[in-house]
Amino acid sequence: MAQKTTIIVAAFPAVDEIVKASLQEWQKKNPNVEVKVVGREYADHHTAMTTALATATGLPDVMTIEYGYLGRFAQSGGLEDLDKSPYKLSQYATKMVPYAMAQGRSASHGQVAVPTDIGPGAMFYRNDVLAKAKVKESDLTQSWESFIESGLKIKQATGAHLVAHARDVKDIVIRTGIPEGEGVYFDAQGKSVIETSPRFKRAFEVAQKIRVQGLDGKINAWSNEWGEALKRGTVTVQMMGAWLGGHLQNWLAPNTSGLWRSTALPERIATSWGGTFYAIPKKAVNKDLAWSLVQHLTLNSRQQQMAFEKFNAFPALIEAQNGDFFNQPVSFLGGQKARLEWKQTASQIKPTMVFKNDSVAEEIVNAELDLVLNKNKPIDQALKDAHRLVQRRASR
Amino acid sequence: MKPMLKPALAPYVLISPFLLLFLVFGLFPIVFSFVLMFHMWDPVQGLASMEYVGLENITFAIEDPLVWTSLGNTLWMALASGLPQHLVAIPLAYLINEKMGRWRNAAMGAYFLPYITSTVAIAIMFSTLFSTDYGMVNAALAEMAKWPLLTAVLPAENIDWLGSPEAIKPVVSAVVFWRYLGFNVILYVAAMQSIPRDLYEAARMDGAKSWQQFFFITLPQLKPIMFFGVTLTVIGGLQLFEEPFILTGGKGGPEYAGMTTAMYMYRTAFDFNDFGLASAISWMLFVIILIMTVITNKAFKSKEGQA
Repeated sequence: MAQKTTIIVAAFPAVDEIVKASLQEWQKKNPNVEVKVVGREYADHHTAMTTALATATGLPDVMTIEYGYLGRFAQSGGLEDLDKSPYKLSQYATKMVPYAMAQGRSASHGQVAVPTDIGPGAMFYRNDVLAKAKVKESDLTQSWESFIESGLKIKQATGAHLVAHARDVKDIVIRTGIPEGEGVYFDAQGKSVIETSPRFKRAFEVAQKIRVQGLDGKINAWSNEWGEALKRGTVTVQMMGAWLGGHLQNWLAPNTSGLWRSTALPERIATSWGGTFYAIPKKAVNKDLAWSLVQHLTLNSRQQQMAFEKFNAFPALIEAQNGDFFNQPVSFLGGQKARLEWKQTASQIKPTMVFKNDSVAEEIVNAELDLVLNKNKPIDQALKDAHRLVQRRASR
Repeated sequence: MKPMLKPALAPYVLISPFLLLFLVFGLFPIVFSFVLMFHMWDPVQGLASMEYVGLENITFAIEDPLVWTSLGNTLWMALASGLPQHLVAIPLAYLINEKMGRWRNAAMGAYFLPYITSTVAIAIMFSTLFSTDYGMVNAALAEMAKWPLLTAVLPAENIDWLGSPEAIKPVVSAVVFWRYLGFNVILYVAAMQSIPRDLYEAARMDGAKSWQQFFFITLPQLKPIMFFGVTLTVIGGLQLFEEPFILTGGKGGPEYAGMTTAMYMYRTAFDFNDFGLASAISWMLFVIILIMTVITNKAFKSKEGQA
């Protein structure tokens, strides 16, 4: 009997579960291969991958990377360019959601990661609260001005906050209308655009307006308060990736079934939250088998659909976005056919470049926004300071 | 029977397990971080990407406003959590030692419990207690605000304990104080038990009251253990990491008000992938801790000289 080969897949929840659930079919074709799925918590996983790349030891054959870490990992030079032989991913490029494919590409190292699930942005809102305040869905989506106006009506009629945190709104506005080839914080040359881009000024202004009018609950996402607010309906709107619907239904606010609806973001902005990618380290041992498994996970329509149906992982494979499941009404969202809308959003999202210093920049911008919201720091000064601090880091 | 090891070799073999572990997990990281301090290194690019940059990391760290913010936070919280630890632990230990009788061990155990409880459990508990809208602390304050005299003093609105830059430092300090108080109590109780009883007997015969015994016998006798306890508190306080890390969700809280230097160092390395700068910050922190420890040492020494 041939000796069994073992390949290692390193992943975080729930991608580790998705891989495990997909294995049975793949192993029919590869009976002599054992797949070891090493699952770690989200942050631990990425720290472990950082160390593995640093020392080139303990590298898995298939590495899972979340969007938030992609910028740093893509530029590492330690991952295979999947456009090259023997992978030749480029022949399948049109099968994938274009913006996600672009995210997995690095200017200097090629296509280092292939997307498996994506997070098209959506606005979830409490239909019952809107009805009480006599606010229409279109009032929320039309413009930021009408969004804020609706918030005032809602607050007056029900006492509920419009959004959890003013910062959430800033995060969307800065992602609106990013020129092609630019990132959120940096231009193509890697220079900070925080002070010069009108996106940031507008974002800070809208966030400040929301805070001044008392429309946000000053609640951070994923905190205890946040969970309670979503359960009790004291926060009306939550903008996030479409996957939030599954979290609301399964554990955040299962008691609110039928009360939520999903719609486009204000001004119908198409943007994304997170997303998962697979990569193959250059120093991986079984690259052929790793690639075969990655193909099975990303290019096989049935697997992609299974991951969506069971684990809320929105498929990056376009042909997997068809089928019955997409046409089914979502009972948690009051029978809305929300998946079709998410699919449409996904097709409209434009690719943005990711940069190594994105996380530092995000951090610095958030701190300056805190100062604007809490201490009334002038917006121009805040953006100037943020730009200086980010530039200081980026020019190292 | 012939010994398996030559007598001359035996000590080295017996000491080798410790030595090996120390070399790998103790000495190597120290030396490596020292070397890293002079290099630019993004770890995901592998060891080969290390680039010698001389003193650049150090000058960058010294000019980095966030380093100074975090140092300020650290000193604030080290002092606010550290000083009360000893000011409360000493009288408390005296009470437990002198007045509790057979309940002494139970009382010490109760105070020591937070010290051995997992930080994560503590942080979850406190973030629930300090929750803005649903926490017990704000609920209690709201209830007390109804009392006639307290209405004017207490805030009418719920305090955003973990989300406002003004409140986060006191909250973290309170948690740290609560957590390490028991450790110091035990330290002081143990020290008090080693004070010869005849000193107290002699004092009583001379008519010394309980508070006089405390101030003129117990306190002076505690000086060596105070030095030990305060040194540990200074070092621990300046390395503050776990409690603020978990209470602020690993980010440092609004306006970085809860970010300590150790946290900033960790984030520089693992969130911002800049290990060279993180090493420079860690050595900066080491120098500061060293200076503070020397000052503590001097402070206790000079008093001893006077006595």
